[in-house]
Amino acid sequence: MDAGDETVIELSKVSTRFGDHVVHREIDLSVRRAEIFALIGGSGSGKSTLLREMILLHRPTSGKIKVLGNDLDALSEADASALRLRWGVMFQHGGLFGALNVRENVGLPLREHTKLSDALIDSLAEWKLTMAGLGLEVGTQFPNELSGGMMKRASLARALVLDPELLFLDEPTAGLDPVSATGVDVLVLKLRELFGLTIVMITHDLDLLWQVADRVAVLADGRVEAVGSMADLAAIDRPEVRQFFEGARGRAAQQSAAPSNRNQAGTSWKPK
Amino acid sequence: MAQIASTSTARAFAGIMLQQASIDAAISMSADAQLRLTGDWSVRGLKSIEAQLAALNPPCSKPLTLNCAEVLAMDTAGAWLLQSLLLRLQANSVGTKIDGLKPAFAKRLEVVAAQLAAADSQRAPTTAAMRPLERLGRSAFAVWEETYALLSFVGETAKTLLQSALQPARIRWRPILFNIREAGFNALPIVGLLSFLLGVVVAYQGADQLRQYGANIFVADLVGVSMLREFAPLITAIIIAGRSGSAYAAQIGTMAVTEEIDAMRTLGIAPIEMLVLPKLIAMLIALPLLTVFADVLGILGGMLMAREQLDVGYVEFLDRLIKAIVMTTYTVGIGKAPVFALIIVLVGCFQGFRTRGGADSVGRQTTRSVVQSIFLVIVADALFSVVFSALDI
Repeated sequence: MDAGDETVIELSKVSTRFGDHVVHREIDLSVRRAEIFALIGGSGSGKSTLLREMILLHRPTSGKIKVLGNDLDALSEADASALRLRWGVMFQHGGLFGALNVRENVGLPLREHTKLSDALIDSLAEWKLTMAGLGLEVGTQFPNELSGGMMKRASLARALVLDPELLFLDEPTAGLDPVSATGVDVLVLKLRELFGLTIVMITHDLDLLWQVADRVAVLADGRVEAVGSMADLAAIDRPEVRQFFEGARGRAAQQSAAPSNRNQAGTSWKPK
Repeated sequence: MAQIASTSTARAFAGIMLQQASIDAAISMSADAQLRLTGDWSVRGLKSIEAQLAALNPPCSKPLTLNCAEVLAMDTAGAWLLQSLLLRLQANSVGTKIDGLKPAFAKRLEVVAAQLAAADSQRAPTTAAMRPLERLGRSAFAVWEETYALLSFVGETAKTLLQSALQPARIRWRPILFNIREAGFNALPIVGLLSFLLGVVVAYQGADQLRQYGANIFVADLVGVSMLREFAPLITAIIIAGRSGSAYAAQIGTMAVTEEIDAMRTLGIAPIEMLVLPKLIAMLIALPLLTVFADVLGILGGMLMAREQLDVGYVEFLDRLIKAIVMTTYTVGIGKAPVFALIIVLVGCFQGFRTRGGADSVGRQTTRSVVQSIFLVIVADALFSVVFSALDI
């Protein structure tokens, strides 16, 4: 068994309905260890719902989801809490607690789930903040004093604080300036390299998709239209997929990705 | 065999140890000047390790070997502790050598080392605890600042009210009617019930005393004067401060947090005109009417109790009530209501507008609005008593 081919998330025949509205029709997907996996699709295609189902925030109407070898449907309360510690989630709007400052926000999981001393927790939290690209002075600020980009970085630091195996990112670059967005590209690649993280993200950022994602799943009409690297998807001639490659933005992202071809290099990466 | 080895590496790499029963991290000194590190150096395993590290006192004469072959897992927290230990030993000029650390862990240790070195150059600013005198000064200043802001808000609202009075076409009647229904009509059950109970209590407490002197009929004086003059306006104002004042603060506070107030300003709409005036006008109409309702229900409660406890019939009671109550008793009570209405609306809206930041702040400002408006209502009532007694009303 090679660690690189191990499946960490497996969805089989997942269907979701809200009343009469069908969001997912029998979706099958799998995410491999140490892979950067992206979910794309138009607004309302059910990307966020799918992500929420993977992190135990929403239960699908039918179908089976296995995360890190655990069947989410058959999980006891204790197993669910243990599993939750093994992944980190960065929410689209940060989800930072307004009553705590940034350092306390980042240190909260450690304070709740470990027996480490406060001083050590504070230094670890500060370190995760610098790792996410924030200055130490940010630690004593409160979430409402932060800009959108800083909030995302702080949220990422909190998601990383327990050294998770799996990282879920909901729109990591939405609302960021181009420089910060590039910073996120680099950070995501660095995280995988350092910790062998498996990363699942929802994004509309074409640069992120071309530069970082190993595999991309296109959701449309409640189904997975296509799965593959961006280069694979570019060859598919279906309108649901084409829309991500056409238009000025799609072409520009594709061109800027072509010379470096970093995502090809990424797929061959294996933990040692 | 090879398969087992690669699986165990993958597990250790991913820190899968977290889910399994973890072995506590430990460090011990062996006889041959070796430090032996064992167990899970991950957040799960790091329990007593900080104390063990603090107690560690290696001889500083010869170089130390850190034997890490038995380290089963190492996450960033563990790497952080190990690196801190290395730095401490270096500071004591003890030479160190790391032995048997798995490559994946060694890589993490390197990252932490780089980070620790960088972090040393820039320390986080520490906020010194405030001294008592400073805290006193700051809170005094905050009180002054808030009072000043409240007065400014009152002034601004008065100005806007005058402007609207000069241009009656600009007055928003729909929200006024809506607010009258919300704050007035919908509050009838709770105001009615509580003032009825208050009337019952006043009559019941008075009954014993009056019976002793055979002055049963004076229960009408007691209930009539106390309800009309004091209790009905006060209980109504307190209920409405808790019910509507808090709602105003929460509504405006949430709007401030979601930038709706800013949007209103940029669209050229005065937030006070849109949000405060309709509430103010509605409350100025609704609160006196609610007070009248409370008067009626309070006296009904007293009347019921008078018959039960003192054998004073309804007709006798009402007969006596008409003689006992002069018109001013009634108008004094009703006259307080508009003042209470002003206090409740202004304080509620003012605290709403002062909301900054997030959900937390909305809660805090809502609490403040209720506490302050009830406080100010009672203070105003006390002032009324002083003024009325001076004027001999």
